[in-house]
Amino acid sequence: MINSHDILETINMIENENLDVRTITMGISLLDCIDEDIDKACNKVYDKICRYAKDLVKTGEDISKDYGIPIIHKRIAVTPVAMLAAACPTKNPVKFAQTLDRAAKTVGVNFVGGYSALVHKGFSQGDYALIESIPEALNVTERVCSSVNIGSTKAGINMDAVGKMGYVIRKTAELTADRDCIGAAKLVVFCNAPEDNPFMAGAFHGPGEADCVINVGVSGPGVVRAALAKAGDCNITEVADIVKKTAFKITRAGMLVAKEASKRLSVPFGIVDLSLAPTPAIGDSVAYILEEMGLEQCGAHGTTACLALLNDAVKKGGVMASSHVGGLSGAFIPVTEDAGMIEAARSKALSIVKLEAMTAVCSVGLDMIAIPGDTPADVISGIIADEAAIGMVNSKTTAVRLIPAIGKQAGEELNFGGLLGSGPIMDVNMKSPSRFIARGGRIPAPMQSLKN
Amino acid sequence: MNAVITVLGKDNVGILAKVSNECAAVSANILEVTQSVLQGMFAMIMFVDITNITVPFAQLADQLAEKGEEMGVKVIVMHEDLFNAMHTI
Repeated sequence: MINSHDILETINMIENENLDVRTITMGISLLDCIDEDIDKACNKVYDKICRYAKDLVKTGEDISKDYGIPIIHKRIAVTPVAMLAAACPTKNPVKFAQTLDRAAKTVGVNFVGGYSALVHKGFSQGDYALIESIPEALNVTERVCSSVNIGSTKAGINMDAVGKMGYVIRKTAELTADRDCIGAAKLVVFCNAPEDNPFMAGAFHGPGEADCVINVGVSGPGVVRAALAKAGDCNITEVADIVKKTAFKITRAGMLVAKEASKRLSVPFGIVDLSLAPTPAIGDSVAYILEEMGLEQCGAHGTTACLALLNDAVKKGGVMASSHVGGLSGAFIPVTEDAGMIEAARSKALSIVKLEAMTAVCSVGLDMIAIPGDTPADVISGIIADEAAIGMVNSKTTAVRLIPAIGKQAGEELNFGGLLGSGPIMDVNMKSPSRFIARGGRIPAPMQSLKN
Repeated sequence: MNAVITVLGKDNVGILAKVSNECAAVSANILEVTQSVLQGMFAMIMFVDITNITVPFAQLADQLAEKGEEMGVKVIVMHEDLFNAMHTI
């Protein structure tokens, strides 16, 4: 029998500590929609998404109601569209983006991810066309998210793609400058991109995946922080234990939702992504967990160590709670989406340099960071290259989601609203890496032995 | 299939009776009740069998939440699976 303490604890987590399941993401393969006639391909894409995902939102809402746990997002990830664009390389792939946007609106999901290309080793014609079209695609659509994988531990880093993405990010921000440059907030550049990530903006349905799967992303930074606050001044071993136990509970809730969604939609269960994903809501912050561990403010010396402990403990607790784990799995540190990070960036306790160090030990990368509007494309490429190098060498996923705030300077603010949040524009080192970026070519794959 | 009804709030006359009535009206069978009043705060946890309920589960949850509002207490109805998942291995 369940005891009252456990019941009240769960209710308290949901009511007061923002426990939720962040997303149910349906991954849909579009490989069978490939057609050399782009209009035919788009029709097939639209029909398939609408057919497969027609009950996704309602099912998510029903499960949420039945179990009393909020499920914030219902989303869709599709096969990287560059693979479809490859069959019709002379046509503008923006049509695919518009089709995805239309399908997302029809089935009622708030984002669809997969306007993506995997170019860690080189470009095909479809990849090239797609990357060229990203700024326009993100400008003319609302719900489409885009990502490009430019490096991997096995292949090295495609520096031609790194160079190109600097321009693409800038251009995307410029085209959407009238909307706080929101286009760039929907564009992620990856190294070692996972093929089953349920979280936007980097979600896509990898070519090694089944026709259709359900992946679930959990959340719950508020719950972890509250558990640590309750424990008081215990030593750090106990801190790790508390995080593990809490992560276990959070993940079990996610696993339950995943199994139920999979059953009700008759779609196989893929993975649970064990992530602590913050929101701008007060109390739902990863930075506050680090501060609860004993830092005056996130960004202080010691932050990387605290984050490393947190990230590892979340995985250890979560792995036991779920039969299949995947995606990004770890702690997210998106600056504009995390109340504590926003405060730390405003007070200059947190800098891009510190964030870069933090990304070496957590699950993503430089995420949702507003940078000065006059940052040159080459400097953005330099940031991407650094971040990708951390991922490549450490066999982990790293990503860059920067928002050049066109017409604004460091210290001013961008405001996207909703879950994307708002935040100050952070200082960037403007020394030029132009000659390095202009060299192009590939950074060779790193040694996987002799590790020091 | 069991659900857990949790009632939290300021103590009042007839809370248990009203919640039980709602349950009876939809054929939810009460299996166990634990209740305590601590410093005027009322906390009740009720296990009910919802296998044969006559309305959809979500509707029962809404009805009870509404009833709770009338009484000035919070009524939360959740499927027991969530607690089992989170608190047992």
